[in-house]
Amino acid sequence: MSVALASAVQFVPVCALADLPVGLGRSFDIGGQSVAVFRTRAGRVFATANRCPHKGGPLADGMLAGEQVVCPYHAFRFQADTGECDQSNVCAVTTYPVEVAGDTVSVGVPA
Amino acid sequence: MIRALHPIKPKLVVIGNGMAGARFLEDLLAADPDRFEITVFGDEPYGNYNRILLSNVLNGTQDAKEIFLNPLSWYEENGITLHAGQRVTRIDREAKTVWAGDFGVEYDYLVVATGSKPFVPPIPGTTLHGVFVFRTLDDCRHIADYAQNCTSAVVIGGGLLGLEAAKGLMTHNVAVTVVEMAPWLMSVQLDEAGGKVLGDTIANLGITAKTGASTKELTGHSSVTGVKFGDGSEIAADMVVISAGIRPNVDLAKECGIACERAIVVDDQMRTNDSAVFAVGECVQHRGMIYGLVAPLWEQTKVLAKVLSGVDTAAAYTGSKIATKLKVMGVELASMGRIADLKPTDEVVQFSEPARNVYWKAIIRDGKVSAACLLGDLGPADDLMRMFQANMPVPDRRLELFFSANSAGKETSLADLPDSHQVCDCNGVCKGTIVAAIRAGKCTVPAVGKATRAGTGCGSCKKMVKGLIEAVAGGVKADPSEGWYVAAVPLDKPTLVAEVKKRRLRSVSAVLAELGTGEDEKSKNGLASMLKGLWGKEYLDERDARYINDRVHANIQNDGTFSVIPRMYGGVTTADDLIKIGEVAKKYAVRMVKVTGGQRIDLLGITKEDLPKVWADLGMPSGHAYTKALRTVKTCVGSEFCRYGTNDSTTLGIALERRYQGFEFPAKVKLGVSGCPRNCAESTVKDVGIVATEGGEWEISVGGAAGAHVRKSDVLCRVKTQDEAMRIIGRFLIYYRDNAKWLERTYDFAPRVGLDKLKDILVNDALGIGAELDAEVDKTAAAYVDPWLERDEPVFAGQFESERRVPLPVLA
Repeated sequence: MSVALASAVQFVPVCALADLPVGLGRSFDIGGQSVAVFRTRAGRVFATANRCPHKGGPLADGMLAGEQVVCPYHAFRFQADTGECDQSNVCAVTTYPVEVAGDTVSVGVPA
Repeated sequence: MIRALHPIKPKLVVIGNGMAGARFLEDLLAADPDRFEITVFGDEPYGNYNRILLSNVLNGTQDAKEIFLNPLSWYEENGITLHAGQRVTRIDREAKTVWAGDFGVEYDYLVVATGSKPFVPPIPGTTLHGVFVFRTLDDCRHIADYAQNCTSAVVIGGGLLGLEAAKGLMTHNVAVTVVEMAPWLMSVQLDEAGGKVLGDTIANLGITAKTGASTKELTGHSSVTGVKFGDGSEIAADMVVISAGIRPNVDLAKECGIACERAIVVDDQMRTNDSAVFAVGECVQHRGMIYGLVAPLWEQTKVLAKVLSGVDTAAAYTGSKIATKLKVMGVELASMGRIADLKPTDEVVQFSEPARNVYWKAIIRDGKVSAACLLGDLGPADDLMRMFQANMPVPDRRLELFFSANSAGKETSLADLPDSHQVCDCNGVCKGTIVAAIRAGKCTVPAVGKATRAGTGCGSCKKMVKGLIEAVAGGVKADPSEGWYVAAVPLDKPTLVAEVKKRRLRSVSAVLAELGTGEDEKSKNGLASMLKGLWGKEYLDERDARYINDRVHANIQNDGTFSVIPRMYGGVTTADDLIKIGEVAKKYAVRMVKVTGGQRIDLLGITKEDLPKVWADLGMPSGHAYTKALRTVKTCVGSEFCRYGTNDSTTLGIALERRYQGFEFPAKVKLGVSGCPRNCAESTVKDVGIVATEGGEWEISVGGAAGAHVRKSDVLCRVKTQDEAMRIIGRFLIYYRDNAKWLERTYDFAPRVGLDKLKDILVNDALGIGAELDAEVDKTAAAYVDPWLERDEPVFAGQFESERRVPLPVLA
C-alpha cells in the first residue's frame, strides 16, 4: 500500500473481537458509512462495504466461503482482500483495512 | 516549456460496452494495442456479456455468469479505463468532451456504440407491474422472479426474441400466449407457409399463438391482469413481456447534431458526418440498412478497427448479406436474405414435407439465390448459404439447390469437412482453427471457446465442437460431481453418511476439514441439515454454516427486513390469536399483512432487532416459513362442518403439523389433508397429500408439486385410521430426509427412487427398516425446540442486532 493512501486512513475502533461471531459478519455505521466486518473461522478479520454492488444486499448478513463473502440476496461472491467479485464482471465491493490490537477491532476509513 | 517524457497518445472514447463496443475494442487492440488511451462507458453495472444467450439464462439452461465475455480484469490488463454503470448524458463536439453527469472525459476520437433499446408500443398499461421488456441481464432476473407467482403470461411480438422469451417463460411453468401483429410468426424470416409450420410446431409444445392481432391496451389496476385487442377481444395475463422489436439508441448522437435518420448515418469507414466521431453496431444506419444480428456488427467492428488503428485507413464496409441458422423452440431454422422481397420476375423453388414439418423455399433472382428459408431439416442449408454469400450462380436443374449429390439426405461427416469450413458462424471460426486448438490441449467445449471463440456466440455449433473434440482428442470428460450430495465433498450421500458416522464428525467444519475439497455456502447449508438429522442432540451446531434465514429464523426480504409467519396448525386459528396478530401488526407498524398460500398469516417488513420482540408479543411458535423444513399442513374444513366431508381432515392436519413441526429436510416440505375426494386442500400437489375416500379411508400420496413444476402426487397406499396415516407419513419423511440429495424436492426424489420401491420399503417394510424409521421419527420429534425461543437468549453476538453506530472520533 502506498504511503499516500495509508496516511489518508483513520483507524476507528468499532468493537471487541468477541463481538464478532466466528465465521460470520456484523455491520457498523462508521460515521455514515455502512461497513461489514467479518471474522473467519481461521481467525482473520476483514471489512467490506456492507452494500452489495449488485442489488444492495446486506453483505454482513451473508455467509463466508473461505476468504469470500457471499451476498445473501443472489449469492454474488466477493474476495476478502481485493473486494473483487468472483463472477467476473460485477463491480468490486470496497474493502477497508482492519487492525486487531489486543481485543479491539479497528477499521480504517478515509480520514 | 517542459516536454512530455512519453509522446502523448490520442484519446479514444467508446460509448457503449455491449457486444459491438467490446468487440470493436478487441479488434482494435489486435491491430495496435498501444495506439490510443482508451476510455469506455457502459450503461449496465457489469462488464460485457453475450446478449444472444440471455434466453438461455431465462430458461435456466445457462447461469448468468456463464455468458460474460470479458472479465473486468481484461479491461485493466489492456489499460482500458472502464466506467461501468455510468450513462453518458451529453456529447460536446466543440470541446470534444463526453459527459456522464458532472464527469467529463475529453476525446480525440469518439466511437458511438449505444446499441438499441426495446420498442414499447404507445398503448395504455405498459407501466403496470408485471409488464417487462426483454433486453438485459436484469430484465431476465426480473422476469424469472415475477414468473414464480404467475400462471399465465402473454408475450407481445412473435419474432425471434419473442419466441425465445416464450420458451424461457414456459420453463417457469406459466401458460404462454404469443401475440403477433403480422398474420404469421417470424414474419421477417419466414413466408406464410413457413410461419404456419412454425405455428403448428410450437402449438404442440403448448404455446398458444395469436396472430394478426393488434394489442390495444394492457389492463389492470396496479398490476397487469389482461391484454385487450383491437377487435375488442381480451385475454387474461398475470404478466406481459413486450418484445415488439428494437429501436436504435440515437438520442445522444441526435442531441449533439450528428446526422441521424432511422439510426446514426455512417459511411463505409463507419464515420459519421463529424470526422472525429464514428459509430458501430445496432445504432448505425449504413447504406440505408440497420442490422440487428451479430454477424454484420462484427464485420463493422473489424473495418472500424482497421480504419482507426491506421492499419488500413481505406478499409470499407460495404454492407452485409444476412444469413443465419437458428433453433427456435426446438425447430431448426435457416434464413437468408429477405424472404418477403419477391419480384414478379423471380423464380421460387419450394419443397415441403408436412408429415415431418419440413419446409424449404428459395427465391432465385438473375440466376442467383436472393433469399431462402429452411425449416425443420437443414440438410441443404450449408450449400445454399455458400451460394448466397458468394453470389454464386445456382444449378441449372433447380432441384439440385435442395438435392445435390452432397446434401441429399446424407450428413457430411466432420472428418470429411475441409479445414476452411466455417463451424462457428457467429464468430467466423473455421474447422482448422478449432482442430489446432484441440491439438494444443483444449479438450473441453469451454476451453475451445476461450481459445478460438467458437461456440461463444449463439452456441448452436457447440455440438460440432464437441464432435471435433471427440474426433481429434478421443472424448470429452464427464462431470463426476453430479452424484455428490454437496459440491465441496466429493462423495455421494450414502458414502458421506457412512464416513461421517465412522469418523464421528459432528460439525460442518469437521466434515469439511476431513473430507472436503473446498468450501462454499451451499455445501455448508447442506451439511448442516444432514448432520442435524444424523446426530440429533449430539450435533455441534455452528451458526456460520447457516444461511441468514436460519440464523435469525425469518425470511430476508429485498430491503433487508424480514418476514414473520407464526405457526397456525392445520390453518385453524382462533379469534384471540387473530386479535393478537392484529395488535402486533399495529404495534410494529407492519407494512404488509398477507394471508399465505399455506393458510397462515405473514407479517412483512420486520427489522432484525424487532424479531425477538415480535415473537414474544405473538407468543406463538415459529412456522418455519424460511427454511428447508416442514412448512404447512393445509386442510379443508372436513367432516366437522362440511356437508360433503367424510373424514375429519382438520384434526389429522393439526396432529400432523404438531408431530412433524421442526423436522428439517433437504428441501421444504408441504402437506395437505382433504376431507373428501373433492380435494379442496389441493392435497395431490403437495409433497405429502392425504385425501379421504368415500369409504372413509385415507389415501396417502407423495411427490406432488405446484410451484415451478406441477406434478400430481403418486399414491402410496390407503389406510383406515389416523394413527396409521401418521406412521406411514413419518416413515416417508424420514426416508426422504436421509436419502434425498441436498435441495432435491420430493417431486424429484419420489420418481427417482420409484413408487414401487417406496411402497415396498414404507408400506410393506420389505427392508425391515420400518421400526428404525419410526424410532427416528420419535427421536426427531423429541428434539424439537421452537427456534423462536432464542429471542430470550441470543446464541451468538449480534444475532438480533441491527447495524451498530460508531461515530468518527474528532481529530485533535
